[in-house]
Amino acid sequence: MSLWVDKYRPTSLSKLDYHLTQAEHLKNLVQQGDFPHLLVYGPSGAGKKTRIMSLLRELYGPGVERLRMERVNFTTPSNKKIEITTLNSNYHLEVNPSDVGIYDRVVIQELIKTVAETHQLDTAGQREFKVVLLSEVDRLTKDAQHALRRTMEKYVASCRIILCANSTSRVIPAIRSRCLSIRVPAPSPEQIIVILQNVCKKEGVTLPPELAERIASKSGRNLRRALLMCETCKVQQTPMQPSQEIPALDWQTFLEDTAKMVVQEQSPKQMSEVRGRLYELLIHGIPPPTIFQGLLEELVKSCDMQMKRRVVEAAAKYEHRLHQGNKSIFHLEAFVATFMSIYKTFMEEMLGGM
Amino acid sequence: MQAFLKTGKLGPQSAGPKDAKAGSSGAKKKSAPVPWVEKYRPRTVDDVVEQGEVVQVLRQCLSGADLPNLLFYGPPGTGKTSTILAAAKQLFGDIYKDRILELNASDERGIDVIRHKVKTFAQLTASGIRPDGRPCPAFKIIILDEADSMTHAAQAALRRTMEREAKTTRFCLICNYVSRIIQPLTSRCSKFRFKPLGEDRVVERLQFISSEENVQCDEDVLRCLVKTCNGDLRRAITSLQSCTRLKGKDSKITKEDVFEVTGVVPNPWVEGVLQVCQTNNYDQVVSFIDELILEAYSASQLLEQLHELIVLNKDLTDKQKTAICDKLGLCAFRMQDGASEAIGLLDLCCTIMAVYQG
Repeated sequence: MSLWVDKYRPTSLSKLDYHLTQAEHLKNLVQQGDFPHLLVYGPSGAGKKTRIMSLLRELYGPGVERLRMERVNFTTPSNKKIEITTLNSNYHLEVNPSDVGIYDRVVIQELIKTVAETHQLDTAGQREFKVVLLSEVDRLTKDAQHALRRTMEKYVASCRIILCANSTSRVIPAIRSRCLSIRVPAPSPEQIIVILQNVCKKEGVTLPPELAERIASKSGRNLRRALLMCETCKVQQTPMQPSQEIPALDWQTFLEDTAKMVVQEQSPKQMSEVRGRLYELLIHGIPPPTIFQGLLEELVKSCDMQMKRRVVEAAAKYEHRLHQGNKSIFHLEAFVATFMSIYKTFMEEMLGGM
Repeated sequence: MQAFLKTGKLGPQSAGPKDAKAGSSGAKKKSAPVPWVEKYRPRTVDDVVEQGEVVQVLRQCLSGADLPNLLFYGPPGTGKTSTILAAAKQLFGDIYKDRILELNASDERGIDVIRHKVKTFAQLTASGIRPDGRPCPAFKIIILDEADSMTHAAQAALRRTMEREAKTTRFCLICNYVSRIIQPLTSRCSKFRFKPLGEDRVVERLQFISSEENVQCDEDVLRCLVKTCNGDLRRAITSLQSCTRLKGKDSKITKEDVFEVTGVVPNPWVEGVLQVCQTNNYDQVVSFIDELILEAYSASQLLEQLHELIVLNKDLTDKQKTAICDKLGLCAFRMQDGASEAIGLLDLCCTIMAVYQG
């Protein structure tokens, strides 16, 4: 049994649920039998991958869904051996180069070259090019992105590259100018409700409209999360009740509690306890930027406007450092400490003024 | 009988590959349309749009004068690579592939490659006569594209090679930022700056292409396209092609398509930033930013447009503008480095709010 998210994923461009004009455009694109390099971007859970896969299916037929895993080995110039897992079908190859950290340049150079230099043997009834799908391009190093630019131009005859990213801010302009960029906005809450209802109907369960609405608003316009939430609700209680509690993610509650602790007391002792909790979050694989965002959201709630500004400023500063360094706990802690100092000074001033 | 067999055998054989070749090349033309950027790359130096001085130097070289080591720099899409490739093709004709070593950032280009590959290629001698007997310049050209992404060690390794092999080899370095090339190298080359192309020339070129390709497109749509591309001809051509591909052959291209393809943030959103900041309501700002990011508009693009809006804004005093632009620069830098868009934008909005509050 698979999750609803996978079970009801649309497999062709004509079956997509929203952004229909865009689907029409994509169809136009494929019908000419050829397309330029693509850069697909949008927030997570908006359906980027779904669109890419349906595009490929439209292009090559059902063969693209027969996937196999392969492990590829590379040797960096400094003689370090690296290994990366690729997911490929006969027609395309999917890889997440940021898996190998700073060695992503080697992967890009070698992998695309090998794919691009092997021509399809039998061009009759097949496309003349293969597709390389690079995910999380915004996490590539600058080096790797530079390596990508000329490669994209050079092998355009035998290879198309589809880049998938959350935002284009981190993609260098040289790459953006070489791609056709496709924006995939998150579905609106109304669209999410319609999809939830449809899926539930197919599953044979009734979804109360009030619950659907609540799920949609709580999912933050992330369709994947909405579907997962809906399925959790169903597992928890069938038939579903309109007043049913939607289980919150436990790490989110944990983070909220942590933020509350910071506001409660500002002292070195409290700091060390907060540190323990932050470690806990990191150990459980919550990405540091998400922790940062969550902390900020909670912390500013108990501030007035002027303090908010200072807190946000500090957050921006430390969040930036977080991406430069690689020990995230330092920066998280620095932010918490800064907040404590801002908050405490403010409180003392208030008391002194009284 | 033998003769019959022979011809019987040879006939289809000799016809076979030819047919296949003709077929495959025909099919190629049909099924794999070349990107217009490649198709309309200038073929001769004279085709290059604008860039007077370089063209003049190269033209003199074509008529027999010596070629100095070159350093081209300028923003993307102004024709740096195209110019040197066109010149090389004109200089060397058919044998240009043997006379050119093109290395770019996608090739391995550490110090080892400079020491071995570049050096060995540089040490080859080149004759002054082509195989077909016509004269051609007795040197080779090494093109180092995207030279600003070479390491300093690799650049340093180039210095002596450049001088020692001056007899037989010319170097052409191409980069976006001349400041990232080390001083000893720049002093060994004659520098040429490629200016961003003028709007009229780009529009002219686009009009030519769209009439060649039967694209229906109004002039003001083209102008709009050029404006969003800031004089980057490659980007303009790619966007034009993308538009036609997305819309299908027969429909007309509108401004909305251009905006969608180039990823420009629609004006209401950009102006919305200032409006929402004027309300001085933190929660409203947060929800505005969330919305913006969920709509998948690029924050860095927004910053660029916002910058223009603020600089031209008449209601703000110069001091206020300075304060905002200072933060804007910081935000843009942080985003390039990979920092979170939401927090960055929030920081900027807080600053704008404070500015509005005085």
